[in-house]
Amino acid sequence: MPKHQKGKGKGVSRRSFFKTTGVAAGAAALGGFHFTRTAQASKPLKLGCPLPLTGPYGTEALDQKAGAQLAVDQINAKGGVLGRKVELVVRDTKLKADEASRRAKELIESVGVELMTGCLSASNQLAVNEQCKLAGIPYMSISQANEITERGDASVYTWHEALNPHQTTQAVGGWVGKNFGKRWYFLTSDYAFGWQLTDGLRRAGKAYGIMDVGETKHPLGTSDFSSYFPRIMAAKPDVLFLDNFGKDQLNSVKQATSFGMKKKMQLICPVLLASARLGAGTKAYEGVKGGTSFYWQQDIPTAQAFTKAFWDKNGRPPIDYAGYAYGGVLELLGGVNRAGKLAALPLAKALEGRKYDNYKGPQWWRPCDHQSQQDVFILESKPPKKKYDVFKIIDTVSGANEALMRTCVEVGAVKGKPMRVGLKK
Amino acid sequence: MQTQQAEVGAGAPGGAWDRVVDLVSRYPVTVITIFFIIFPFVVPYKALATQIIIWGLFALGYNVCLGYTGMLSFGHAAYFGVGAYTLGIVLIRLWENLWFGLACATFMGAFTALILGFMCIKRKGIYFALLTLAFAQLLYFLAFQWVDLTGGDNGLRHIPAVPLPLPGFTVDIQDPLRFYFLVLFFVVLALMLLQRVLQSPFGRVLEAVRENDPRARSCGYETTNVRWMAFIISGAISGLAGGLYALYLHFVGIETLYWVTSGQILMITLLGGMGSFIGPFIGAGVFLFLEDVLSAITDNWMIFLGTIFILCVLFFPEGIWGSVMKLVNRSAGKKG
Amino acid sequence: MDLSVIVMQLFTGLSLGMLYVLLALGLSIIFGLLTVVNFAHGAMYMWGAFIGVFTVTWTGSFWLALIMAPLGVGMYGLIVERWLIRPLYGRDINYPLLLTFGLQLIMIEVTRIFFGTSDHPFNAPDILSMPLEVMGIFYFPAYRVFLIIFTGVICAVLWYFLERTNLGLVIRAGTRDPLMVRALGIDMNRIWWLVFGIGSALAGLAGILAAPIRSVYPEMGVAMLVECFVVTVIGGMGSLPGAIVAGILLGLVSSLTTLIYPQMADIVIFLVMAVVLLVRPSGLFGKAGLLE
Repeated sequence: MPKHQKGKGKGVSRRSFFKTTGVAAGAAALGGFHFTRTAQASKPLKLGCPLPLTGPYGTEALDQKAGAQLAVDQINAKGGVLGRKVELVVRDTKLKADEASRRAKELIESVGVELMTGCLSASNQLAVNEQCKLAGIPYMSISQANEITERGDASVYTWHEALNPHQTTQAVGGWVGKNFGKRWYFLTSDYAFGWQLTDGLRRAGKAYGIMDVGETKHPLGTSDFSSYFPRIMAAKPDVLFLDNFGKDQLNSVKQATSFGMKKKMQLICPVLLASARLGAGTKAYEGVKGGTSFYWQQDIPTAQAFTKAFWDKNGRPPIDYAGYAYGGVLELLGGVNRAGKLAALPLAKALEGRKYDNYKGPQWWRPCDHQSQQDVFILESKPPKKKYDVFKIIDTVSGANEALMRTCVEVGAVKGKPMRVGLKK
Repeated sequence: MQTQQAEVGAGAPGGAWDRVVDLVSRYPVTVITIFFIIFPFVVPYKALATQIIIWGLFALGYNVCLGYTGMLSFGHAAYFGVGAYTLGIVLIRLWENLWFGLACATFMGAFTALILGFMCIKRKGIYFALLTLAFAQLLYFLAFQWVDLTGGDNGLRHIPAVPLPLPGFTVDIQDPLRFYFLVLFFVVLALMLLQRVLQSPFGRVLEAVRENDPRARSCGYETTNVRWMAFIISGAISGLAGGLYALYLHFVGIETLYWVTSGQILMITLLGGMGSFIGPFIGAGVFLFLEDVLSAITDNWMIFLGTIFILCVLFFPEGIWGSVMKLVNRSAGKKG
Repeated sequence: MDLSVIVMQLFTGLSLGMLYVLLALGLSIIFGLLTVVNFAHGAMYMWGAFIGVFTVTWTGSFWLALIMAPLGVGMYGLIVERWLIRPLYGRDINYPLLLTFGLQLIMIEVTRIFFGTSDHPFNAPDILSMPLEVMGIFYFPAYRVFLIIFTGVICAVLWYFLERTNLGLVIRAGTRDPLMVRALGIDMNRIWWLVFGIGSALAGLAGILAAPIRSVYPEMGVAMLVECFVVTVIGGMGSLPGAIVAGILLGLVSSLTTLIYPQMADIVIFLVMAVVLLVRPSGLFGKAGLLE
């Protein structure tokens, strides 16, 4: 993709222009698409945040919005970024990738955002990432996807705070392999996210000698899973993985429970969602286990501080996706402050290789692909003693030493050579 | 339904406003061109102007089907989407040439319409609508599954930002304003060609088919073929619009092929008013502008969009442009 | 493939088809009589589920909810017909389509404002929630058995109403020739009004019946709506036996598809529709010429 590289190069040169002329002039040039602004330094710094507020992931998206807003408020309370107040500009993508692309373009060209975060679902974040790369705007992605830190999509502008399906499945798959039976069945949502979960689980399971007794792919947005069950029951698996997300997870767990599947096998949701658990009710999820990046009852000081601040503001505890948004935005804005100027390359220098703990324990920015290394927690659904008390943390899988991540060679484009989107090694 | 020329011809133009409307009806292409040259300087941002004319072009193509021939299609996402994917795939894999990419997009739009039209065209009314929907959904499924070619659910990414090759030199079109005028060039081109077609004898037959199919057939016209031809033209314009959309976003989302896109273009066309050149652009403008402005203000912007639809249906059933025409004609009639 | 799996598959297909049947019946009866393409049907289904959630939260009774949902949505349908649809009679069929599309957007947003975007837990009553053991290795939820029987009863009641009562006679006559019925001194407006109410009530009923199975959230009706259009068209617009047969048929087809090529499960109904319409242009039981 020579032309593509050219587009990237253009962005970098604009950024280096920033370096020489300073933030004020650079931002004026950016805002100059629309109208010339004066006194730029006192103008708020706009942080774009496209989210699928309407559509099937609306619940999670609303929590992301609240998480991002909390981070922005906290940064503003401490004096903002480079002396400027930060303003979060949210747009609705309706969970459509082309809408996400349009919105990102609008945010960049019309609103004049200088940093970008947001998006849920791989397709949406990849679309936003394309626009950010073209415009040379740093983008903090806060939803699970493998591609965004891979060849082709990863760039010096792209940051991925969330876990990706690979990390999640290495943790969950390994844990299940240790603790449960060897006959595994996969109910896979038929799109990239689902495929990646299933592939990752198979890979993780190999070390434990698991037996793959079958896989059924279901279309994204299936509302009735009953017709998938007879075949699964006939295969007599020990463990059934529900490799899906959002309403699909909710529906499949709810219906699997009503079909008495739990009596015969253990249900595992690799990405166990608090929002789906609350939406389906206690009985449907009882005994279901799975992985998560964050749960509000964690015994970690930063997690408790985050939960308290979020709860005070929104009247409910944060879910895992609120955590991604909170942690990601803190890193992005904090990174700009540490870099001392608003530009992609200094930001990369400030973040790459950084060890941090914003809300869930130790994390680390891997320089080669801008993926955040972190722990995965294993949860079990239980009857609540009080409201929102829906899970029990039964194990922690450490992510240290890149244990859960793909190697830099694996994510790269050239066989045998590590990818280098970052500046440092 | 009368054509706009006939409607205006019925009443002698009165005041200044009437004269404007009269002018628009007589020289729609010229007036639209002039208007859209000024347009990007008055909208909040240029990307919105670009979106409006791209969707306006798509609605114009759709209108050939619905407004001029009276075929309610519920599968135009197919031609738009095929155009978008074609442009992307051609630029990524075959040849990084903008003209070639857009030509392929237009051709594939027309070709898809030719194939699907062959199967659907004999059915009428709601059955035609749902058959087109069925085939469009099958295409969506195909694109969803064919990940190697289309990127599947993740969408087609990395469409290169190519410059515009002109004889002797190339123009960088990444600047929003330049890109807008590139799109406008194609819009005007499509408008001029379409005007020629509609004013030709074929255009008259089209009208006859819409108004009274059996009668047109008894006059010796092969009405099925006429409708099919109109369907192909519609597909070609939709394909071109899709190609421009892909070029604009450097990205094609799988939703472009989903039925919701077909629904949206139907709404835009009905909102603006069928059977005219102006209507689709007004519809696209109002729809996108509202969506843009309202969604920035409130999360619950759909409630306003819904209300506007209902008010339009109840009080402006001919669409915005149609209602303006009616109003002007009535006042002209009174004066005359 | 094991025979018992196929038998189970047919059962799940049947229960899957029942919701299609209820929704398609409502759509079809409105189509057939009013020639209104009701795009708000999916939103009415959603409201049925939400009325159910509301009733159960307040009273704790599923059975009361089962009455309240069709009643509430039916009444709402009466209001919609009287004030929004009626002014559009005599115009092109595109107008009610556009209007109900707008209405659907409003209904979804109103629900979102009052109930939020989250899902609402909703469980089947305890006596229906235990899984029944089938053939030693399978379970089948009692609730789905109830769903199949209950829908059967509703169909029988509807059939009796249309075929054996005077009002039913007038409705049937109205689908054939409204002008003639009017000439006989019968107020067709009242009939249309009533029929729209019945169609809406059926959508509400489908909503409450779906609530214990599927997630309850504002957009739950959107995807369902298109599927039901397809069912209605395959059965033949305006044909009630058509709606029933096509609903069950599509339930079975999509259930069996999950055995052979599960990724196609969603799309197969469109394939069936394309084939049916190419072979039989007006659907399985449809009359030629209607709505063309």
